[in-house]
Amino acid sequence: MKTVTLTVKNVPELYLECENVNPDAFAGKTADQIAKLGGYQGKEISTLGDYFTIAGEAGATAADTKIIVNGDCTKMKYLGAKMSAGEMVINSTTDMYTGSWMTGGKLLVKGNVHSFCGLAMKGGEFTIEGDAGNYLGAAYRGDWRGMSGGVLRVKGNAGSDVATFMTGGEMIVEGDVDIHIGTHMEGGKIIVKGNANRRVGGQLVKGEIYVFGNINVMMPGFKPTGEVDLQVDGTNAKFTEYIGDLGERHPKRKGETVYGKLFLKQ
Amino acid sequence: MPKEVTDVICPFCGTLCDDLIVTVSDDNKTILGVKNACAIGAEKFNHQRLPGRVKRPRMRQADGTYKEITYDEAIDWTANMLVKSRKTLMYGWASTSCQAMSVGHDIAEKVGGIVDNCATVCHGSSLIAIEDVGVPSCTLGEVKNRADRVIFWGCNPAHAHPRHMSRYSIFPRGFFTVKGHKGRKIYTVDCRYTDTAKCSDEFIQVQQGYDYELLNAFRTAARGEVLPDTVGGVPKEKIYEIVEDLKTCRFGIIFFGMGLTHTMGRNHNIDIAINLTRDMNDYTKFAIMAMRGHWNVTGSGQVLGWQYGFPYAVDLSRRDQARHQTGETTSVDLLNRSEVEACFYIATDPGAHFPIDAMKSSAKKPTVTVDPHINCTTEISDIHIPVAMVGVEVGGCAYRMDNVPIETRKVVDPPEGMLTDEELLTKINHRVDELLAKGGA
Repeated sequence: MKTVTLTVKNVPELYLECENVNPDAFAGKTADQIAKLGGYQGKEISTLGDYFTIAGEAGATAADTKIIVNGDCTKMKYLGAKMSAGEMVINSTTDMYTGSWMTGGKLLVKGNVHSFCGLAMKGGEFTIEGDAGNYLGAAYRGDWRGMSGGVLRVKGNAGSDVATFMTGGEMIVEGDVDIHIGTHMEGGKIIVKGNANRRVGGQLVKGEIYVFGNINVMMPGFKPTGEVDLQVDGTNAKFTEYIGDLGERHPKRKGETVYGKLFLKQ
Repeated sequence: MPKEVTDVICPFCGTLCDDLIVTVSDDNKTILGVKNACAIGAEKFNHQRLPGRVKRPRMRQADGTYKEITYDEAIDWTANMLVKSRKTLMYGWASTSCQAMSVGHDIAEKVGGIVDNCATVCHGSSLIAIEDVGVPSCTLGEVKNRADRVIFWGCNPAHAHPRHMSRYSIFPRGFFTVKGHKGRKIYTVDCRYTDTAKCSDEFIQVQQGYDYELLNAFRTAARGEVLPDTVGGVPKEKIYEIVEDLKTCRFGIIFFGMGLTHTMGRNHNIDIAINLTRDMNDYTKFAIMAMRGHWNVTGSGQVLGWQYGFPYAVDLSRRDQARHQTGETTSVDLLNRSEVEACFYIATDPGAHFPIDAMKSSAKKPTVTVDPHINCTTEISDIHIPVAMVGVEVGGCAYRMDNVPIETRKVVDPPEGMLTDEELLTKINHRVDELLAKGGA
């Protein structure tokens, strides 16, 4: 695997849309060719070379390419968006849409990420060592399909509206989450190792939500069905199982109604 | 001799009352009186004749004062600002006509602007919810003629839409509602006892911030499931009782306002209310409607919708594609993040409504405000361009809150030499064309 190292030399005045900073766009290119790739700042089209010092060269394919980004990326959007293979390590906090629409590969952000990250993710591994903003792994506006595959792990806290319209994949938040977790969820798994504020699983159709800490207010549409011993993300514990959202319409499988499930650690 | 102009459309709120009678002086220049309008609507007409009205564009001087300039100078300054800026916020549009909006959007496409309207601080969350789950709605005429159950949830038309209750929702007698108020049951759900609640048959006091849970409880009760003893401070017996009442009505309608759109959860409060409406249609006919406030904000959503596919916060900076993301391309977020380089405000007063930090950010950027009046926003603008009042001094198309287009009427002449929004925007558009042809951005 070949490595390209990007170091921020100019922080954008507005926000730079870095949709070309991913292994797929870099594959088969030299440092000079990468420097000529475009990026938008408002309506102005500039090149990556205007903002980054670029060293190394990419592999022949995305899978053979690793990208390391150093410097201040707080005003950079779309880093690692739509990547399908390869590796990317960002040693900074990033702005919106980081890792959105990922279909494969590994993305590691060593700082925080802003809102709309991991949006509609389909595959791959996305790890955030800091905190995440709102709409993590959710659907894009007007879409009804949020995260559908892959693994998204946040080592810090996450904001509100995480995993809205989630249909598959696995999201782990090791810290706390704010309101509206898994709203309209139709599949997949969310694990919250800290506390969840309120409105967990509102309008949940299918899928599983695990909460290790407290839920401030339970939704009235959830009903306890018993206790279960489970191993969740490497932890063995006893959980109270709920089904819901009983106010929502649920599909039937072989004559049985399929509900979403919420597991709350005792 | 003064004359009366009848069937005038009110240019204030989203109800667009169409039965106003305006008395005009014989020279067609001054409004002498307004009949049938609410106090707020009448005031809108009365502003036309207030002394001290600005009649020519003004430019801010170094000492902070304004100096009068010509329309041509103002147009040139504005076009240059739009062409030079890498990202411009073009916000407002709610008090102008759809024709003017269309010209404004043409400019935005050319200069890569972001077009946003008052929904961004109002019913934008309703529009997101409609994008997510659709909306079973109707016209206000259907409400007047058919509705026998009316729910006001988080809205207070007694103050915000003063004639809504008498024209459509509580008091009028309609084709199938011949008993008027006596034939309807009115519910108000709110966290405080409003003047609308005083006109209602039942007031349901929900704990602040628990609307989503209460709506969820309504849906859960409708499916016959067990509820906790209280939800959001409302006893479960009351929830079951209301749900059964709603199931057995002939035609029900939910009107909702800021109590849902701008409390915790925002768009999710609306999408669950829409889904409750959808559930009720398993039993009877039920509809839901946003209480749109700013006059033609619905029209702005319509025009943006058919031109770009999104009803507000439309980012045209790529010029070949439209993007929309609440939290990113919305005005307050753009200003708070200082993500725009210039601001163009038209037919709305963000200075009176936006958070102070957003306006502080705006004040540091080149800013043009197009408005008939001096307002909070003109005080932080580099240029203030006065225009004729749409719906008073010039006609044009406007949309009522139920998405019905209505052609508004001119009742008096604007001050001599004053441009309309559409004329001004057309001139700015031509100047932008000239600058771009010369190799502008």
